[in-house]
Amino acid sequence: MIAGRVWKFGDDINTDLMLPGSVLYASEEEQKRAVFAANRPGWVDQVKPGDVLVGGRNFGMGSSRPAARSLRNLGLACVLAESINGLFFRNAVNFGLIALACPGVHAACEEGDRLELAIADWRASNARTGVALAVTPIPEALLKLMTGGGIYPHLEQRGLILPR
Amino acid sequence: MGMTALEKIFARASGAKSVAPGDLVVVNVDTVVMLDSSFFPSVRREVVKVHDPRKVAVIYDHFVPAPDEKAAAAQAYGRAFARRFGIERFHDVGPDQGISHAVVADHGYALPGSVLVCSDSHTCASGAFNCAARGIGAPDMIYALTTGQTWFQLGGTVRYDLSGRLRAGVSAKDVFLHLAGTYGDHANCNIEFGGPALADLGIGARRTLAAMGAELSAEFVTFEPDQALIDYVKARNPAPFEPQYPDAEARYLDRRRVDLGAIEPLVARPDSVIRNSVAVGAVAGQRIDQAFIGSCANGSLDDLAEAARIVAGRKVARGVRFLVTPGSQRVYAAALKAGHVQTLTEAGAVVTAATCGACFGGHMGVLGPNEVCITASTRNFKGRMGAASARIFMASPATVAASAIAGSIVHPGEFAGGRA
Repeated sequence: MIAGRVWKFGDDINTDLMLPGSVLYASEEEQKRAVFAANRPGWVDQVKPGDVLVGGRNFGMGSSRPAARSLRNLGLACVLAESINGLFFRNAVNFGLIALACPGVHAACEEGDRLELAIADWRASNARTGVALAVTPIPEALLKLMTGGGIYPHLEQRGLILPR
Repeated sequence: MGMTALEKIFARASGAKSVAPGDLVVVNVDTVVMLDSSFFPSVRREVVKVHDPRKVAVIYDHFVPAPDEKAAAAQAYGRAFARRFGIERFHDVGPDQGISHAVVADHGYALPGSVLVCSDSHTCASGAFNCAARGIGAPDMIYALTTGQTWFQLGGTVRYDLSGRLRAGVSAKDVFLHLAGTYGDHANCNIEFGGPALADLGIGARRTLAAMGAELSAEFVTFEPDQALIDYVKARNPAPFEPQYPDAEARYLDRRRVDLGAIEPLVARPDSVIRNSVAVGAVAGQRIDQAFIGSCANGSLDDLAEAARIVAGRKVARGVRFLVTPGSQRVYAAALKAGHVQTLTEAGAVVTAATCGACFGGHMGVLGPNEVCITASTRNFKGRMGAASARIFMASPATVAASAIAGSIVHPGEFAGGRA
């Protein structure tokens, strides 16, 4: 079970906002510091490991840049959104960020609420209101990667890339 | 059950008899395109084995020629990588430099009916060639490079039947702005284009529409094949291919008819293209600091020709920077030969080397605080081309060129005839 404080964002949150072009090839630490600098300056100092990000429709639209890695590096426990952009989803799987679609989640929470996610049951609930919602299931193979640290450990094990 | 063109490509690539929306398909990848950006320290991993170097192309585009030492170091690493693994399709700074999707088009790397991946979100541009082409992340890229495979979660497909003919001064970018404005995003869905208007729609126009599919958040964009497409690829790549036509009984989420003859020049207001298009008149008179034509979506020879036609014999307004970036050095050379570069330069435009450059705010035309830009490129996200306070309007090359002359946003019809 994952449980954490909710930070709310809207529809169509794009990857340029999460990982601005100015730090596209900077270090992971610098990239982490720049998350949402244009639309919510200072947020990176407020968010804490274990918090939950709630998004609207098409969360993570835009570029292929590793924005999911920056959110993972901020320590977010998970991202739940009305829908997850397909390319962002691939990066979430590969970088080991739990990012799942949960229709209705945006209206069901206020910022600061405590949201609980039970992946085994594909269920999320708001601890303050008691409202429970269905999380859209993803294929088992992808869930294993997403919750197991992403794709790189597998490629290392198979001897296809060197460990960092 | 009938399949769409994309579903038929995936059935072939996964060795399945048929595939359908909802399937998780594991496919063999025909072409893996790596970029200069693949070799930055925060992106790359030390690769031990490449599955098949003949299936790989390395194309430098985001930071070319290298604007700083970091980019130069990444490019040196990539050169050594290409040498070490014997990758022959290597497009370094030079005559075959260009934006990856434009270079892929120039060389016919995206074979009809095949699967292509690249770590840039506008890879769907190659869907113009009836190729299942998709932008993937850096880890996906390394997976495909080392194993020869990748996976796709297959969504449903929206089919557009295009009819009619574009009016003078209206281009594929306006068609995109019409679709984005009318239908909004196509998240987790695919787009298939077909219909009688294809016969009048050049490969450059199709590539604009396909590239901009990324801005509709489409998973894949596929064009129905026709003879013009087949001839274009055959003239550039001797490799055999099997184009995939949609079945007559293919299932679509929706089937929409679009009359190209009814479309007017449009502009997307800043920060988003989704349901954000207005007629040029609604923002006419908006003062601009910069006008930009370029990117994988609008760096074709057709785009440069259209810009040259508008500015011929005129001058860029005082105080406006007009930047034109050809999609590839091949396009640059063709535009030079056709006289477009001279026409643009004499009007006061700066024609740059081919690069992704200004489109992503990387280099060669970054916007400062509170500046206003009108762009014929791929994105107008807040902060995309530089300062977060800058405002980016998006339009066709004709509207951008006309606005550069006027010094403010203007309908391209104002300069329809050319002057020279």
